[in-house]
Amino acid sequence: MNRSILQLKGISKNYGTLEAIKEIDLNIFEGEFFSIIGPSGCGKTTLLRVLAGFEMPDSGSLYIENINMQNVPPNKRPINMVFQSYALFPHMNVLDNVAFGLRVDGVAIGEQTQLVKSMLSLVKLSGLENRLPHQLSGGQLQRVALARALIKKPRVLLLDEPLSALDAKLRNEMRQELIRLQKSLGITFILVTHDQQEALSMADRIAVMNDGTIQQVASPSYLYEFPSNKFVADFIGSINFIECQLSEIDGDIFKFITRISKDAFTVEGNKSLRIGQDCWLGIRPEKISFKDSDVVNPHHNKLSGVVTNITYFGQASMYHVEVIGEKTATINVMENHSQRSSYATNKVGDSVVLCWSTESTSVFTS
Amino acid sequence: MILCCTIVFLYAPIIVLVIFSFNDSRRNVTWHGFTFKYYEKAIHNNNLIEAFLNSLSIAFFNTVFSLILGTLTALLLWRFRFSYKSVYEGIILVPIIIPEICIGIALLVFFNLCGWPNDLPWPLNLSKITCAHILFSFPFVAVIIRARLAKFNLDQEEAALDLGANHKQIFKNVLFPHLKPALIVSSLLAFTLSLDDFVITFFMSGPETTTVPIKIYSMVRFSVTPEVNAASTILLLITIVLAAIAIWIQRGWAKEVEKS
Amino acid sequence: MKSARNHKLAFWLTFCPPTLWMLIFLLVPILIIGIFSFSAKQGLVDISASWVLDNYIRAFDPVYLSVFFKSIGIAALTTLICFLIGFPVAIGIASAPKSWKPVLLMIVVLPFWVNLLIRTYALIAVFRTRGFFNFSLEWVANLFGIPFEPLTLLYNDAAVILGLVYIHLPFMILPLYAGFEGFNKSLLEAASDLGAQQFKIITAIVLPIMAPSIISGCILVFIPALGSFLTPELLGGPSSQMIANVIERQFLAANDWPFGSALSMMLIYLTFGALALRYFWLRRRYFSSTENKP
Repeated sequence: MNRSILQLKGISKNYGTLEAIKEIDLNIFEGEFFSIIGPSGCGKTTLLRVLAGFEMPDSGSLYIENINMQNVPPNKRPINMVFQSYALFPHMNVLDNVAFGLRVDGVAIGEQTQLVKSMLSLVKLSGLENRLPHQLSGGQLQRVALARALIKKPRVLLLDEPLSALDAKLRNEMRQELIRLQKSLGITFILVTHDQQEALSMADRIAVMNDGTIQQVASPSYLYEFPSNKFVADFIGSINFIECQLSEIDGDIFKFITRISKDAFTVEGNKSLRIGQDCWLGIRPEKISFKDSDVVNPHHNKLSGVVTNITYFGQASMYHVEVIGEKTATINVMENHSQRSSYATNKVGDSVVLCWSTESTSVFTS
Repeated sequence: MILCCTIVFLYAPIIVLVIFSFNDSRRNVTWHGFTFKYYEKAIHNNNLIEAFLNSLSIAFFNTVFSLILGTLTALLLWRFRFSYKSVYEGIILVPIIIPEICIGIALLVFFNLCGWPNDLPWPLNLSKITCAHILFSFPFVAVIIRARLAKFNLDQEEAALDLGANHKQIFKNVLFPHLKPALIVSSLLAFTLSLDDFVITFFMSGPETTTVPIKIYSMVRFSVTPEVNAASTILLLITIVLAAIAIWIQRGWAKEVEKS
Repeated sequence: MKSARNHKLAFWLTFCPPTLWMLIFLLVPILIIGIFSFSAKQGLVDISASWVLDNYIRAFDPVYLSVFFKSIGIAALTTLICFLIGFPVAIGIASAPKSWKPVLLMIVVLPFWVNLLIRTYALIAVFRTRGFFNFSLEWVANLFGIPFEPLTLLYNDAAVILGLVYIHLPFMILPLYAGFEGFNKSLLEAASDLGAQQFKIITAIVLPIMAPSIISGCILVFIPALGSFLTPELLGGPSSQMIANVIERQFLAANDWPFGSALSMMLIYLTFGALALRYFWLRRRYFSSTENKP
């Protein structure tokens, strides 16, 4: 297990009456690719700026490599940042931009040029030393910003929504690039983004933020399979929620009744709930399948409905199934097209029976 | 803070001037008491009144003609491509850039040489001054209107064409309303520039054709009574009111742009 | 945008009036004084249409050359002082809370609208021997029991420079403010993040990026200051004459139009020289001139 390189304890920051971040505790390990995600306004950018030193927290402590950063200004921290807008100096060419940090440190010119050249080849920008920022494309600007920050060999690299300005294809390319760079340099990366796909595909661990607080910190797969609350479940991937009420507890089998179906749903679990408590059941679309016979599996929950719409994704289709009981709900079912002939197995208007296992059901109280 | 000191520095002399216009003292050196009598003197000074009327007439005609010429220039540069356009754009700005004294004496020589008559009846006797004022006013108008035109969304024109309007209708109903704030601001600017001009007017004016700044200048040279302060304050008030209106309109139009 | 060739009528309709005006009232008069600058004075009022360089040679006479240099010096000093005051003021306004900015700008710009004459006269009233400033000093001196001699603040070079700074300060503040407003603040954070201290940030980042605005401000002050007439006339002493005053005397008192024309032409050349310097300096140093026109 790697040692912890960055510790946040009880960090809070207010802007007037607005509490941007509240009591943040976080431990980040050396050499990991860490990501902080959350919706707009959740405080992730504020947190990043506190780490960089551009904002002073109102309370709490920040330790980097066991040194308290309380009175350390941004230009003295062992942290560098890649800005969302790249913030390249428009009046300097690529070479001067990347060398800026070295120049400030008083590195000899000859050594500067050598280091810049090798960094540029690492980010695959060799040969563009004399270009000015306005002559570069979005992806190239990104790489220059990366090179400029990495050349100082920071202990931690902060990235503020680095891929948001790029088009989809470029974004995919850059994701792979960032992973490659991080693995080869072994520097701790902290990436802030609102795009959970980005975080899921790149990070070793993710912190999900909402409303100024951290909701859950875990690996991507753990977050996806075992979200700790309704917000995290909803934010990561897509999920179906069914409003329900706990009706019966039989050992570790919990029975829930809902308004959308006469049948009760069962979940195996060990949550502490009381009878009569209002809850939400969460099931991922890809965990639901269409039953093609009337065989009832005791470990499966089922629902009947009618297909109202199909969204085609190429590799899969999302079925929107309307379920009518006392209340109406739409359940989304994701089905991969694994056969060569990728026609939909069901059509709009078909009556279907959905089923999913009790293990795939999550229970949330809020 | 430096900002405050600067503001004080900028306004103090003017405020002192205004205060001393109420000074009940002929030599206007120490404060002797509050009075309006120098304002009365100023208002009843026939020469001053004549100068005032001259200034207003010149400013009026200047505004009208500068608006026309300035708008034409702005439309020209906005709409058309032609050879040596950038040279032309430079030339239009020359009257603003060249020191006023050069323009003043050049026009003095010019009018003298071509025998421009000096004893025309009012308002034609003001024509020399007016022509000079138009010369340095319309480039300002052109710059302001051009900036406004640059913000005109051409889609509006295409939409109007698509809906069947002809160019005259488009101009009247689409372009002109868009330009209105700029036109108002430019007229206020042209009016003020004309009202305030000294150097160029100095070379164009004669005994029958003084303007208020020229008159104040001669008053300053010969006697420094509070009457001068009073006359200055009156001119100042007019200018400030006009300027404030212009700035206020400008802000309204900037907000509109922000929203769209 | 349309081509002139394809819309002849509309084009000429818009083109002719302003162009004719420019031609008649600007280009022709300047051409005339250009020609005059090469002619000689005959007798009291006549001018002969000869082609001589006498006027220009006379303009290089030490007497007049010193006036030129003095004018350039005064204008340069004025520009420098305006910059030293204007720079912090512009930063101050740009850092003000959003709702205050337009108000502050208006306050700073409003004096510009006040008549030049009035502002200069106001300065006289404040700074003359028996003026407001001396009175305040005297009052303070009396408070401390110090003997007081009224300061002769007027009718010298310093007064002229003070007057010029007073008049032209808004012209320096406005372009500087515009530059600061449009400045990308994340560049400052990036520089700090990369280890730079305050001083380095200012010299390596702020000044180079602000250079076009700074130059605009300097030009907007230098050129009018160079050609100013009223301020040296009213505030200056006999030795504080600037070019414009000399030119005026040639035309109105001395009646030596050819010489006056030569002096005027030289002033015009100086003006265009300053503009050309700005154009070439910016083009050489900065990113493609088509993009960031200051």
